[in-house]
Amino acid sequence: MSAILEARGLSKSFGAVIAAADINVSVARDSVVGLIGSNGAGKTTFINMVTGYMKPGAGTIRFEGHDITPLAPRRITQLGIARSFQVPQLFNSLAVRDNLLAAVGIVAAAASRWAHGAITRERAETVTDEMLGRFGLDAYRDKPAGVLPEGVRKLLDIAMALVVKPRILLLDEPTSGVSADEKFGIMDVVMSAVKSDRVTVLFVEHDMDIVNRYAQRVLAFYDGRIIADGAPGAVLKDDEVRKYVIGEELHVAR
Amino acid sequence: MTDHTLRVLLGVAALLLAGLPFMPQWLAFLITLALARGLVVLGLALLMRTGLVSFGQGLYYCLGAYAAALLDHAAGIHDAALMLLAALLIPVVVALVLGLLLASYRGIFFAMLSLAFSMIVFGLLIKTSSLGSSDGFNVATRSIFGITIADGYNGRVFMAATAILSVIAAGALHRYLNSHLGRLSAAIRDNELRVEYLGASVRNVVHLNYVIAAALGGIGGGLTALAVGHIDPDMAYWTTSGEFVFVAVLSGTGSVLAPFFGSVIFEAIRTLANQYAPNIWQMTLGITMLAIIMFLPAGLWALFRRKARAA
Amino acid sequence: MSDLLAVIIDGIIYSSWLFIMATGLTLIYGVMKILNIAHGSLYALGAYLSASLVGWWLAGGHDPYGSYAMLAAAALLVGLVMGPLLERGLLRLMYGRDEVVLLLITYAVFLILEDVIKLVWGVDSLYVSQPYDLLGNFDIGALSYPVYNLVLVGVAVATGSATAWTLNCTRHGKMLLAVIHDREVSGAMGINVDRLYLMTFTVGTTLAAIGGAVTAPTLAVSAGMGVEVIVLSFAVVVIGGLGSLGGAALGALIVGMVRSAAVHYLPAVELFSVYSVMAMVLIARPKGLFSAAEARKI
Repeated sequence: MSAILEARGLSKSFGAVIAAADINVSVARDSVVGLIGSNGAGKTTFINMVTGYMKPGAGTIRFEGHDITPLAPRRITQLGIARSFQVPQLFNSLAVRDNLLAAVGIVAAAASRWAHGAITRERAETVTDEMLGRFGLDAYRDKPAGVLPEGVRKLLDIAMALVVKPRILLLDEPTSGVSADEKFGIMDVVMSAVKSDRVTVLFVEHDMDIVNRYAQRVLAFYDGRIIADGAPGAVLKDDEVRKYVIGEELHVAR
Repeated sequence: MTDHTLRVLLGVAALLLAGLPFMPQWLAFLITLALARGLVVLGLALLMRTGLVSFGQGLYYCLGAYAAALLDHAAGIHDAALMLLAALLIPVVVALVLGLLLASYRGIFFAMLSLAFSMIVFGLLIKTSSLGSSDGFNVATRSIFGITIADGYNGRVFMAATAILSVIAAGALHRYLNSHLGRLSAAIRDNELRVEYLGASVRNVVHLNYVIAAALGGIGGGLTALAVGHIDPDMAYWTTSGEFVFVAVLSGTGSVLAPFFGSVIFEAIRTLANQYAPNIWQMTLGITMLAIIMFLPAGLWALFRRKARAA
Repeated sequence: MSDLLAVIIDGIIYSSWLFIMATGLTLIYGVMKILNIAHGSLYALGAYLSASLVGWWLAGGHDPYGSYAMLAAAALLVGLVMGPLLERGLLRLMYGRDEVVLLLITYAVFLILEDVIKLVWGVDSLYVSQPYDLLGNFDIGALSYPVYNLVLVGVAVATGSATAWTLNCTRHGKMLLAVIHDREVSGAMGINVDRLYLMTFTVGTTLAAIGGAVTAPTLAVSAGMGVEVIVLSFAVVVIGGLGSLGGAALGALIVGMVRSAAVHYLPAVELFSVYSVMAMVLIARPKGLFSAAEARKI
């Protein structure tokens, strides 16, 4: 099974700051990969480069064999890679349902260029309502997106990304800013929503419990490099990872 | 809601056309000007819906006027239909080119760059003596669609033309706003990033809307040129663009009817102010704009909607 | 040869005038993120008040050299009254609103002030050429220039240096620079952003008024003088980069020289040339020549 996403020799620096130093990653289809690392380690930079927001200084990114390195975010989305954001990017003045409706309309029309949407209003509404149900957003359907609790906003952001019907979904800190007791709930919803669509998922997380529970494979970043790569159990016990990412256990003398 | 707007448009137009034979000249003239400028504001409202405020619509207003006028002045063509066609085409061509650049800007840079372009044209026109420099020149129209206009009927013919064109433009824009591209424009104002990450091109929509606004501005300018019978470079001066912005803020962007509504109010107040209190006209504008921004950010049209909903 | 010299000297004089106008504008934008269209009417207010004060002073038979003090007094008066009045009375209520909304608000203030000027001073032009004539002329080769223009250049250099020194060497100045860089973080660090806003707006207003005061003796002070100033000042500030003092200086120099050359060699393109330069700079560097790097948003 060939890799669905392959990064080779990715490098990116901002002046003296090295955000990525010769990153090589191969992601298998349908896998769930967790990206961990302290702030500034290069996780979001990696996602930004994969989605075209940033261009690497050197290296290539291949999606299903095609070189997507020079492409614009819009084009990469059309090819089948979608992402959610650390700060949810929503249409704040619209209600939750209208957010999704707009997203469905945009995706459908973009798919058929400038034609007035290859999708009928009815079909769009059906797809929207189904998505609302899948993500448990029915209760909020008529509320403006701008006033929702953070957890709901995150779910809506991810739902909008899924409207694209991507083959790779990148989640940037899906549970950050969400209360502790809601975190697992959100990941559960997202993972089951995604299961039915056969999507490869990469998610950035700081919460190691979440990573442990949902990731099949973990990549640990530090200083622009991947310092560990493997099953969650192994990576989270790795010495370097403990040193640079998770932190040491503190022994207090009595 | 859709039917409502189109019905109102047709109703008002029918009313105006029916009342034409009985209307005094000065009223017909006022309404013509108000509607013509309302067209420019309609274009500006579209841009504002997309999240952009242009301080340079005067450019296309002026280009449209000069295009129409030059057919008479330089090419010896005195037919209103052809003149208006020129008033539509020249601005569109210019906007297609300028839009390539302007579509990359937002916020105050978009406002300032659009202002700069209108001032560039202003600067060129006031120093061009063959075009009358700062005085401009007169425009004479003799026929429309080949039919000669009888003496003294110019005003009424232009008012009819303006009313008809306004209805067509407003109706078309209404359909556009309710179409996918119209909704995309509103989404762009809300969150461009999200739109790009859903696979749509923000740039293309912005460019398209810019060209549409230019077309509307051009027709408005052409109609003004015909109705007034005279054009001058002041049409491209930034304060003219400022007035369009004022009317847009005054009316709000809630409906395609709003700009015309606001424009009529504006022209009425302007006429009164010129008569009775020319020295506080600008102050009145300023205070009104502040009041609208502070208390009625959606424009006067919001008052209408509230009443309609309460009813 | 003397032609070129004339272009350069005229350019420097004009650049100085532009710089005085641009400094206040760019400072206000840099700190408060407001592009102040009312800057033009504050300039006009400075000019009108100067004309009145100088006229009153000279009519009272006082020493003609005191008229310069009157110019300074007028500028200070306008700055210290209008600055706080506008900032506290209006702008304070509107912070946090979109940049373009703030632009429209300053546009409204501009409209109001234009008529206020008409109401107070009438629609006739005012002439106060005494301060201008008093100093006589000086010669550079075959060219003769009023000494007053040297004063103009001097004022420009003085205000520029004073502003630069204040920004970089005083505590308040450094706080201003911090706020220009990031308002929220500065506030979180304990900087009294509100008070800085008041100070900045007052200083900016005073600078506009100084521009007006200094210009008043050189022309007919008339209604509408603020209107043209605005677009020119904008061009300078946008070329240099909003919020950059060095940018304002460079922008003023560029616009001044371009305009001077245009006036001497091809008067027909005078206005056109200034805006074309602005458009060209924006095309090459969308945020102006000296603009801060933008931080990542997502």
